[in-house]
Amino acid sequence: MEALIALIIGVLTACGVFLALRGQTFPVVLGLTFLSYAVNLFLFVMGRLAVGVPPVISDATAYTDPLPQALVLTAIVISFGMTAFVIVLALKARAEFGNDHVDGTHSGEDTAR
Amino acid sequence: MSGLSTHLPILPVLLPLVAGIVLLALRGAPLVLQRAASLVATAALVPLAFALLGTAGEGTQLVYKLGDWDAPFGIVLVADRLAAWMLMATALVALFALLQALAGTDVEGRHFHVLYQLQLFGLNGAFLTGDLFNLFVFFEILLLASYGLLLHGGGRLRVKAGLHFVVINLVGSTLFLFAVGTLYGVAGTLNMADLAVKLARTVPENLALVEAAGLMLFGVFALKAALLPLHLWLPAAYAHTSAPVAALFAIMTKVGAYSILRVYSLMFGAEAGAVANLLADWLMPLALATLVAGTLGAVASTSLRQQIAYLVIASVGTLLAAFALDSAEGIAAGLYYLPHTTLGTAAFFLLAAPIAGARGTLGDRFDSGAAMPGARVLGGLFFVAAIALAGLPPLSGFLGKFMLLRAALGSPWLAWVWAIVLTTSLFAVIALARSGSLLFYRTHSTPEVLSAPRPIEWLPAAGLLLLVLGMVIWAGTLADYSAATAAQLLAPQTYIDAVLGDRP
Repeated sequence: MEALIALIIGVLTACGVFLALRGQTFPVVLGLTFLSYAVNLFLFVMGRLAVGVPPVISDATAYTDPLPQALVLTAIVISFGMTAFVIVLALKARAEFGNDHVDGTHSGEDTAR
Repeated sequence: MSGLSTHLPILPVLLPLVAGIVLLALRGAPLVLQRAASLVATAALVPLAFALLGTAGEGTQLVYKLGDWDAPFGIVLVADRLAAWMLMATALVALFALLQALAGTDVEGRHFHVLYQLQLFGLNGAFLTGDLFNLFVFFEILLLASYGLLLHGGGRLRVKAGLHFVVINLVGSTLFLFAVGTLYGVAGTLNMADLAVKLARTVPENLALVEAAGLMLFGVFALKAALLPLHLWLPAAYAHTSAPVAALFAIMTKVGAYSILRVYSLMFGAEAGAVANLLADWLMPLALATLVAGTLGAVASTSLRQQIAYLVIASVGTLLAAFALDSAEGIAAGLYYLPHTTLGTAAFFLLAAPIAGARGTLGDRFDSGAAMPGARVLGGLFFVAAIALAGLPPLSGFLGKFMLLRAALGSPWLAWVWAIVLTTSLFAVIALARSGSLLFYRTHSTPEVLSAPRPIEWLPAAGLLLLVLGMVIWAGTLADYSAATAAQLLAPQTYIDAVLGDRP
C-alpha cells in the first residue's frame, strides 16, 4: 500500500508541476489543484497508513494518529479557498486581456494548440 | 489588569480579526464610520505592541496556551523579544499606511478596510505563533488578504502582477505543506520548541529527510522574503499596487526574513545536534547576491515605485546578510536594520503616490516633465527618505549598515560583506540621486495645470520619516534591545523551556 500511495502522490505532483509551468491560466490552475491534492494526500499519509483503526484515543488498543487528519482538513479548506480565488482571478485576467496567457500576451504559437 | 496582561499575547491577533468582522458588518454604514473603526483598531495595535515590547524587554517569554492545553499538544502563542519587535514595526507601518489610504485609496474598490484588518491579523499571528502549522495558516491568511489588497482598485497591470503573485505564492504554500508534513512524519510534532528538541535527536537514517524538509522550508521563506532567485515576482507586484498597500507590503518580505531567523535559530541553530547550521553554506551567498541584484534593479529602474521595490529587495539582502553572519552582533545589526528599512521603504512608497499625483500624466516614470506643484515639501521628504534608504549618515540606515560591517569583522565573509555592502550602497546613492534630480530638477515649464498634493497625502510619509529619525535619537536603546534579542535567539533553550515548561 505504501508504494501505491507514494506512486499516486508522485504522479499527482509531477502532473501538477508540469501543468503549473504552462503558459495559459487554465492549465496553471489545474496544476495547482493537482499539487494541492498531492499535498493533502501527503499530509494524510504522514500519520502512517493504518487500516480499520479509529483516529480517536479510546479503549481500543490501537489508534491511528488523528493530528494529520486535522491538518489535512485545514489544508483542504485553505486550498479550496485559494483555488476558488485563483479561478476568479484567472477569469478576470481573461476578461482584462482578452486571452488566457499568464502574461497577457497573445501570440499565435501559444494558442495554436 | 492582571487578567488583561495574561491575555496580552493574543490581543494583537484577536483585535484585527474582530475589527475585520465588525467592518464586514459595517459595510453598508457611512464611510466615516468604517474609516473611524478601521483607524481605531489599527491605532490600538501600537499601545498593545508597546505593552508586549515592555514585557518582552524584561526578558520574559510570554507563552499563551489557547484553551489552556499544554504544549506540545495544544496551540501556543509565544511573545518573546523578536515577536514583540516585529509587532511594533507592523503596527507603526500599518497605522501610517492606513492614514494615507484614508486620503482616497480605500474607496477605489470594495472591502479595503476589511482586507486591511485581516492582513494585520495574518501578520500578527505569523509573528506570534509557536507552531509550524499555524505559521502556515497565518501565512495563508495574510496572503489571501494581500491578494485582495494587491488587486484593490483593479486595472490591467495590477491584475497581471496579481496573477503572478497569487500563482507563485500558491506553489510556495504547497511546498510549505510538503515541508511541514515531512517534519511531522519524522518528528511527530509541529510545535516549534518541541521540534527543536526532537530534531536535535534525529537518528542518522532520517537525517536526509529532515534536511530536505528544512531546506524546503527555507525555499518557502526565501520566496516570501524575495531572496534571489525567488525575487522576480516582487517588483511588478509592489510597483503596480496602490501606495498604502505597497507600504504595508514593506513588512511582508520581513515575514520571510523573520521566519528564516526564527526557524533556523530555534530548530536548525548551533545547538541542534545533527541538523545544526543547516543554512550556513546557503544564506550568505544568496543574501549578498540578492543585495547586488536589488541594487542593480534600482539603478536600472524606469519608474520611482519600481525603484523602491528593487530597494526592498536590496534591503532584504542586507538584512539576511546580517542574519547569515550567525553571530550575536550580526543578528543584532540585522534586527536594528529591520525596522529601519521597513519604515523607510514604507515611507518611500507613501511618498511616491503624491509625487506621481503631482506629475499628472507622467506619473512616477523617470521622464522629465513640468515642475511639480508642492515640489519643496515632496523634494525635501524625498531627500530624507533617500538618505535613509541609501544608508548615508546621519540616519539609521547608516547606523544599521555600520553595525553590520562591524559585526562582519570577525567573520570569514569579511571581504565579501564589506565589498558588496559598500559598493551597493554607493550604487543606491547614485540611483536615488539620479531619480531625485530627474524628478525635481530637470523640469521644463510646460503649463500643465495640476494641484499641489494635499497635506493628508504626504503627512503619513513624513510621520514615518520622523520615526526613522527617532531610530537615530534612541539608537542606543534600540541597539541594546536588538542585542538582547540576538542573545535570546542564540540561546534557544530558554524558548524551549518557556514553551514546554519542565517537560523532557
